[in-house]
Amino acid sequence: MKTFFLKVNFICILLIFAFISNIFYSKEAQAELLKPNWSFEGFFGTFDRASLQRGFQVYKEVCASCHSMSLVSYRNLGEKGGPEFTEEEVKAIASQYEVTDGPNAQGEMFTRPGRPSDKFKSPYPNENASRSANGGAYPPDMSVLAKARPGGADYIYSVLMGYEEKVPENIKLEDGVYYNKYMSGNKIRMSKPLSDGSVEYSDGTKASEQQMAKDVTSFMMWAAEPHLEVRKKLGFKSVLYLLILTILVYLIKKKIWSRIESKV
Amino acid sequence: MSADNLEQKYKPVHTNKTGGSPFTGITGWIDNRLPVIRMFKHEYLDFQVPKSLSYFWSFGGILTICLILLIITGLSLGMHYKPDTKYAFDSVEKIMRDVNFGWLIRYAHVNLTSFFFIAVYLHIFRSLYYGSYKEPRQLMWLIGIVIFFLMMATAFLGYTLPWGQMSFWGATVITNLFSAIPFFGESVVTWLWGDYSVGDAALNRFYVLHWLIAFLIVGVVVFHVIALHIVGSNNPSGIEPKDTRDTVSFSPFTTSKDLVGMLVFLLIFVAVMMYAPNYLGHPDNYIPANPLVTPPHIVPEWYFLPFYAILRVIPDKLMGVIAMVGSIAVLGLLPWLDFSRVRSCVFRPIWKQCVFLFVLNFFVLMYIGAAPADGIYVVIGRIATAFYFAFFFILAPLVAATEKPLPMPESIHEFENWKKQGKIKTINIFSK
Repeated sequence: MKTFFLKVNFICILLIFAFISNIFYSKEAQAELLKPNWSFEGFFGTFDRASLQRGFQVYKEVCASCHSMSLVSYRNLGEKGGPEFTEEEVKAIASQYEVTDGPNAQGEMFTRPGRPSDKFKSPYPNENASRSANGGAYPPDMSVLAKARPGGADYIYSVLMGYEEKVPENIKLEDGVYYNKYMSGNKIRMSKPLSDGSVEYSDGTKASEQQMAKDVTSFMMWAAEPHLEVRKKLGFKSVLYLLILTILVYLIKKKIWSRIESKV
Repeated sequence: MSADNLEQKYKPVHTNKTGGSPFTGITGWIDNRLPVIRMFKHEYLDFQVPKSLSYFWSFGGILTICLILLIITGLSLGMHYKPDTKYAFDSVEKIMRDVNFGWLIRYAHVNLTSFFFIAVYLHIFRSLYYGSYKEPRQLMWLIGIVIFFLMMATAFLGYTLPWGQMSFWGATVITNLFSAIPFFGESVVTWLWGDYSVGDAALNRFYVLHWLIAFLIVGVVVFHVIALHIVGSNNPSGIEPKDTRDTVSFSPFTTSKDLVGMLVFLLIFVAVMMYAPNYLGHPDNYIPANPLVTPPHIVPEWYFLPFYAILRVIPDKLMGVIAMVGSIAVLGLLPWLDFSRVRSCVFRPIWKQCVFLFVLNFFVLMYIGAAPADGIYVVIGRIATAFYFAFFFILAPLVAATEKPLPMPESIHEFENWKKQGKIKTINIFSK
């Protein structure tokens, strides 16, 4: 009886602790992030190819004017588990960019059309150029951005959707700073990037703000985690395999131990 | 001088010890010259272990597997990684993107570290709860603490290698702790960095030391295991085995049971690695290191949080460092601070509650370590730190002196009978 009460005590302390910590966390937390249904979530999550392709279009036509994506190559766009553009499409996309190469036999740098093996061309030659063109703020590289923020894809989607005209009274905005409901500190140096019809989708999907935000966030998630689909597939197989193996080994163990346990 | 006297004066010498193998054929030929086969048979097949071991005793084997997997995955990562501040971050990303199954190897390495610590904490809890640190296992316990220190060093060094924001700032904060050393502090820090700031020289040596200490751990683990095979396993009853009714042979009994434990552990590990590979990490480490931008909260990996909390809540830097190192080193005094002759908490009702409170306190400290260092958190952190040390210096000797242990069975097989009759309670989930 005594130990029972002590156990109950112990559980109570844990519960109180969990409760208190919850309060503390919620006090710190900002507005709760928007959580659209991502196709890549869950145990069998996969990317929506059409959405990734549209997302690439949004990146190319909107984001890429300021944000680099320097770890991703054009060839990745055609790889399995990604937007899966065809080989011709990838070549066509790459060749739209002028890439600096060299030095050639004369020792001079030259430009040539991009190849699938090239990395995404950055909008600025270096961070300083990027800062000076953006009023001192550095638009972060988008290659792994979806993994580099707490909340991941939800956070990025929320920030894209979090621009509001009405600024709360307690927030004072300096020049070139915008109010964003979800950005940490509620201040962002990026002006509202997406509004209805910013791009014209070739597949006929209506380019609403919400649709574009979702597509481009999916694209960024893929860029950050290009092997997500293989990982989830392999994960399911290996967990299933281990589960069966564990049960079998447990039965063997029981069989072995039955040799002596009956005698005790 | 006669020949007889000469023979008495010089002792005979046997430099050639070939022979004595119980095996024949090629096995015998090898074993006569290199007796590892008979050692293996003696220590892993015929070795007698207490019958009453629960799954808590699987963690030694689990940790061995983790260590082997960490070394294999680490070796593979090392073949593509570049310890250069310019290329480190991108080379890790190259592993994640372009190396075949590089993402799997890296996620395995990263998550194994976390699971290594989970297993070590459970392993240490097992020792605390069942008194495995007591006579005659004190030295083994001390070797274990050395391993724990080395593990923490390796984990810290490894965390700096991807050269993300947390890598860089974590390295800066931790190496700066050495500046607390009186008189020589600043010079020591410069010497550690090999430069006047954390940079290329530091990253390069962190990489080298990460390798070196990993293999040092292997060496010390060998000592830990040799010591285990001398003193034998403790068990939930805390009573030493007396005859064959109390023991089973290591194989197939313990091996089959350990295998179940390992597989369950592996299952959980694989599920986390495959479905939430970044859950235990910090998102800031996907931002390349930038010495000009300090992250709002510099937080170490979760397994360092309790000790980080102790460091932070003490206002004086030097005292903080001493307390942090001391909080682990004090474990080494436990065999002498807790001088009760009864090992297992099963028979120690008061000490049992103390151990549970200690665990709870550990989680409180872990929470404080991740919380901002101001206001109520500092107060809670100080109370928790005080309790942490009080557990060792006050509670352990006090309880050992005043506690009246419950009636104990004479032997392990009697203990098993008592358990069946419901006379005593052990931790159930680990005894199926």
